[in-house]
Amino acid sequence: MKLAQYIAARLGVYVVVLFMGITITFFLPRLMPSDPIENYIAQLQNQAGQTLSEAEVMQLRATLAELYGLEGSLFTQYINHLKRIFLTFDFGPSFASFPRPVSEFIWVALPWTLGLLTTTTFIAWSLGNFIGLLAGFFHNNRLATALEVVGVLIYPIPYYILALVFILVLAYIFPVFPLSTTIRPGPLTWSKIQMIATNSALPALTLITAGFGWNILSMKSLAYATKEEPYVTFARLKGVPPRKIMISYVFRNALLPQVTALALSIGMIFNGALLTEILFSYPGLGLLMRTAVGSGDYNMLYGTITMSIMAVATAALVIDLLYPLFDPRIRYK
Amino acid sequence: MNSILRLKRDWFSLFLPSRGTQRRGLKLNLRLRLGLAILAVLVVASFTLPFFSDVDPMQQGTYAKNLPPSWEHLLGTNSQGQDIFWFLVFAMRNSLLLGVAVSFCVTVIATLVGLSAGYIGGWYERVVMLLTDSFIIIPVFPILIVLGALFRGRASFWLVGMILVIFGWAWGARTVRSMALSIREREFINMARFSGANTMQIILWEVFPYVYAYMVVGFINAILYAINTEAALAVIGLSNLEVPTLGSIIFWALNYNAMFIGQYTWIVAPVIATVLLFLGLFLTSTGYNELYAAKRGHS
Repeated sequence: MKLAQYIAARLGVYVVVLFMGITITFFLPRLMPSDPIENYIAQLQNQAGQTLSEAEVMQLRATLAELYGLEGSLFTQYINHLKRIFLTFDFGPSFASFPRPVSEFIWVALPWTLGLLTTTTFIAWSLGNFIGLLAGFFHNNRLATALEVVGVLIYPIPYYILALVFILVLAYIFPVFPLSTTIRPGPLTWSKIQMIATNSALPALTLITAGFGWNILSMKSLAYATKEEPYVTFARLKGVPPRKIMISYVFRNALLPQVTALALSIGMIFNGALLTEILFSYPGLGLLMRTAVGSGDYNMLYGTITMSIMAVATAALVIDLLYPLFDPRIRYK
Repeated sequence: MNSILRLKRDWFSLFLPSRGTQRRGLKLNLRLRLGLAILAVLVVASFTLPFFSDVDPMQQGTYAKNLPPSWEHLLGTNSQGQDIFWFLVFAMRNSLLLGVAVSFCVTVIATLVGLSAGYIGGWYERVVMLLTDSFIIIPVFPILIVLGALFRGRASFWLVGMILVIFGWAWGARTVRSMALSIREREFINMARFSGANTMQIILWEVFPYVYAYMVVGFINAILYAINTEAALAVIGLSNLEVPTLGSIIFWALNYNAMFIGQYTWIVAPVIATVLLFLGLFLTSTGYNELYAAKRGHS
């Protein structure tokens, strides 16, 4: 019964987060002094090199307002916006490549972002927790301390700095990896998989390096605290082998807060992934967003931002729903 | 009675280690000492040096372009004819100013929201925490990209700061609330309530002293968050690039392909400076945490 309650509460939060995210993205641009339609008209006039006639501008304005769903009162606009997104997943047409819908671009970009994000998060999380466990369990060991120091030094370095250093060292000074991502379309053959792997290696390395330091630090303190618990001492006195103590006694219990923290930090990891994509020209949502900013493609921007909120909220939900598997007691706060 | 005596406690003394620690000769740990030393050098240098400069570092073409490092130009000049060293000094100062200002607001909001939610409880807590959780889960970066796109670099430097405050308070509020939850159950809170203290007084004078050590750590972490996010936005060209910050110097270096024209100092110097600053802030924050954990007897 408690499990059902937990799931229901978590689903409730999920719906509220989605709703709030979409509300924020809806109202933010409307509170801003700049008007996308006027911007676009100004841009068109610039490109045309001459001023459009008054009547043409009026017509253009009306068409654009209809296209963007900017007709009617703020309230009807808002309801229409929610309907369009939740029922039909429709973000309108793209500006930069006009008749093609934004959702088409998003479906192409999403697998790249999700692929990069899930792989790197999983590797960084496992690696960080493993090193953290060793550092916490053998806290008198020199090697363990050295590993921890590495974690301390790497953790505070921001994503973009790591990305720059990696580009500088591994793509420019020692050209091991390509400078920016070039992935040609085509059927999924062995050589294409290889191409994707070499092109993804550097962005992935950045995300893993930036992500695992925090896991080392928190796992280390958790493992160290758990090691001092009476039941661990009892197991040791009973003669349970150290490896079994480390894995079944310390690791299992220190893991729980790490799972919760992972769910909460998904949003942050995602921020880093977007930034990394932009810096490496990796063809995911982040790059799509950056290109949309460059070309003033507002529909594309709102589409990608709504999509990223959905992706992050869903990822957090999935991790939270998996939580009972790790913790048989289902401690629901 | 006890609570009335408490009300007279001097707030400043909270930020000093307890008497026991002082007697042992204020044992600062290695991390805190290292962190404070790095921060002290960076802060003093970036806040005093600008007084000795009579040239606006953003002014283009002040000096010859692409000069190598020399005594006159410690880090050389860039492709815009600006002195890289002075640019970096001003950038460090602006980033620190923004970080501290944003962090101050973030910490105040987080503490107020977290303490009130944890202490008052009930419906108020549920609504506030739902809001907080949403702000934590929603990825901030895409929203900032949209805002950056709408302003197209016309956003003033302080507006960027304001936006960072709006999206930055949630993490702290969550942590402070969980601490307030446990403190609420202690005996002295009831004592204070029965002595006639109102909710605001209890939150400020009874609960707050237990969370201030965390707040100092939270404050430093919020500085990290603010500088990091602003710089990240600047690096991809979406903050106010007319103001020298750690991000905007990297943006211009990338924009002029500093790496490819062999202008290593232009790109490497801000990277090293940023890493040093982050390391200093981070060591101070964890070191302070450790100091207080030791004081409370948990370490």
